[in-house]
Amino acid sequence: MLGRTLREVSEALKQGLVTPTELCQRCLSLIKKTKILNAYITVSEEAALKQAEESEKRYKKGQSLGDLDGIPVAVKDNFSTAGIETTCASNMLKGYVPPYNATVVQKLLDQGALLMGKTNLDEFAMGSGSTDGIFGPVKNPWSYSKQYREKRKQKSHGENENSHWLITGGSSGGSAAAVSAFTCFAALGSDTGGSTRNPAAHCGVVGLKPSYGLVSRHGLIPLVNSMDVPGILTRCVDDAAIVLGILAGHDPKDSTTIQDPVKPFTLPSLTDMSKLCIGIPKEYLTPELSSEVQSLWSKAANLFESEGAKVIEVSLPHTSYSIVCYHVLCTSEVASNMARFDGLEYGHRCDTDVSTEAMYAATRREGFNDVVRGRILSGNFFLLKENYENYFVKAQKVRRLIARDFVNVFNSGVDVLLTPTTLSEAVPHTEFIREDNRTRSAQDDLFTQAVNMAGLPAVSVPMALSSQGLPIGLQFIGRAFCDQQLLTVAKWFEKQVQFPVIQLQELMDDCSSVFENEKLAFASLK
Amino acid sequence: MWTRALWLGLRASAGGRRGFPSKADPQGSRRVTAELIEHLERLALVDFGSQEAVARLEKAIAFADRLRAVDTDGVEPMESVLEDRCLYLRSDNVVEGNCAEELLQNSHRVVEEYFVAPPGMCCPTWLNRLSHSKLRMQ
Repeated sequence: MLGRTLREVSEALKQGLVTPTELCQRCLSLIKKTKILNAYITVSEEAALKQAEESEKRYKKGQSLGDLDGIPVAVKDNFSTAGIETTCASNMLKGYVPPYNATVVQKLLDQGALLMGKTNLDEFAMGSGSTDGIFGPVKNPWSYSKQYREKRKQKSHGENENSHWLITGGSSGGSAAAVSAFTCFAALGSDTGGSTRNPAAHCGVVGLKPSYGLVSRHGLIPLVNSMDVPGILTRCVDDAAIVLGILAGHDPKDSTTIQDPVKPFTLPSLTDMSKLCIGIPKEYLTPELSSEVQSLWSKAANLFESEGAKVIEVSLPHTSYSIVCYHVLCTSEVASNMARFDGLEYGHRCDTDVSTEAMYAATRREGFNDVVRGRILSGNFFLLKENYENYFVKAQKVRRLIARDFVNVFNSGVDVLLTPTTLSEAVPHTEFIREDNRTRSAQDDLFTQAVNMAGLPAVSVPMALSSQGLPIGLQFIGRAFCDQQLLTVAKWFEKQVQFPVIQLQELMDDCSSVFENEKLAFASLK
Repeated sequence: MWTRALWLGLRASAGGRRGFPSKADPQGSRRVTAELIEHLERLALVDFGSQEAVARLEKAIAFADRLRAVDTDGVEPMESVLEDRCLYLRSDNVVEGNCAEELLQNSHRVVEEYFVAPPGMCCPTWLNRLSHSKLRMQ
């Protein structure tokens, strides 16, 4: 049941083949079994079971709220959830309990979804590995998959297998791991420079970044106001479309959401490929790209071509500057957004009370990690009077050039761009931490951040396993507010490539005795 | 057909410069002076904490300096991708609020309905001693 799509489970719930409480119990027990992944910061067991009870009552009366009623979901811990601790994986907000729900969380709850818990991330969503939060790193479920372990046995160097685990990518690594390990059907992430698509590619799930302005950011603790977007992680494209249909739409509490009416949509099947034009940006073919990802990218393009679509090479001339531009704009906006954390109204507060400035400084030193502090300081540098024109405004101008590059390409008849999502498959944690956060982010966000600067929709779809048995995903980029068209193409591609299901029996079996006890307890309830 | 063209292009550029030099580009990079450090710490109310942090800032600046190579003559800065649309403004009616108690709960130090902040003077301690002694004399 847990491996099914949202629509299938929704049907099963309507027909009484499974109850929301059973689904909830199963997901909760899976969360316990997969604790080693460290995907969750908070598991809201009581609340979820209560929500399941309510959902069950609705199904009994035949009054389900929709496709998401009774469906377990998870939310990244930088979305405000009323009554549930929201930490952003930072000491600054440890113990902070918001008095309100983020709009997207409220929308999910209004549809009857069951909130399993809050997922782990890089501190304040800054990072590309989900390794830099105070609750520790998230482990990629594929580290424990049969597919990966078998390949490793073949070339085992006698290393301790448990210390060779892989990163999930980031910063929404917890959400990606939660979905990948079947502990929920959908999870919310956030995407500022690729934070949803990057872990989606590394964890073999679908990661959707909607168009900027389509989904409300109210309640999403902001990183970069002009680029942040709530992201959606699911196991298939259709599920992502269902969730997007529920979340999209104008929110009076977020003035940057567009006012055009938005309706939930279904994805048609693509039959006439001849009308489709796929663009391949040549500047994305960089020397750092792994040969495996490159060959899969080639294969995908050939696939579209062989089915009748037009596949052409296009140019995004300012690509090599986009990561630099992103770096300046991101740190500048971060410097501003992090200023609200002063210990007065919420969050951590230091013990000394000598003067306001001293209190703020000590609070912020204690509350933020090096990564966050580094970005705040860099941002403040770029915003200094003497630097403002040369760095911040310059970056804003380059941003326009980058956005214009995309507009030009789409105006030339291209419907969707096809690019890699990441440079390679997920790497072991020990390798990842050899470089610092900023360097890694600059490397890993290469293919994803330009999309945030242009505000376009993009989705990462898992394509195939690498020679090491690890997922590799490819990215599709669409025109602004043409999310439906983008997902239609992605859905067709997903069906063609038939990405394998992760085999996690080993991880599950390790705690099978726990499951047995729970089964007995559950049976005695009936 | 397009794949061949791309592949040839890659082979031509292979062996060229790698994308991300990890060493700071010495040309045009600003050395971070002690004065600048103090200034930034004061503005950001965040301290560097270590020499590594200063080195990281220098790298970040060197990285950002690469923007100079882009010709942006006549290009307007872009603040938002939604610049062609009107921002939505709610009508000026009170529809929610009265949640002072809820909001105060999240703070560590409150007195009645006030958030309590320490005094705002960031003076050297000798000035405090002086003003205290003056007060005592009165």
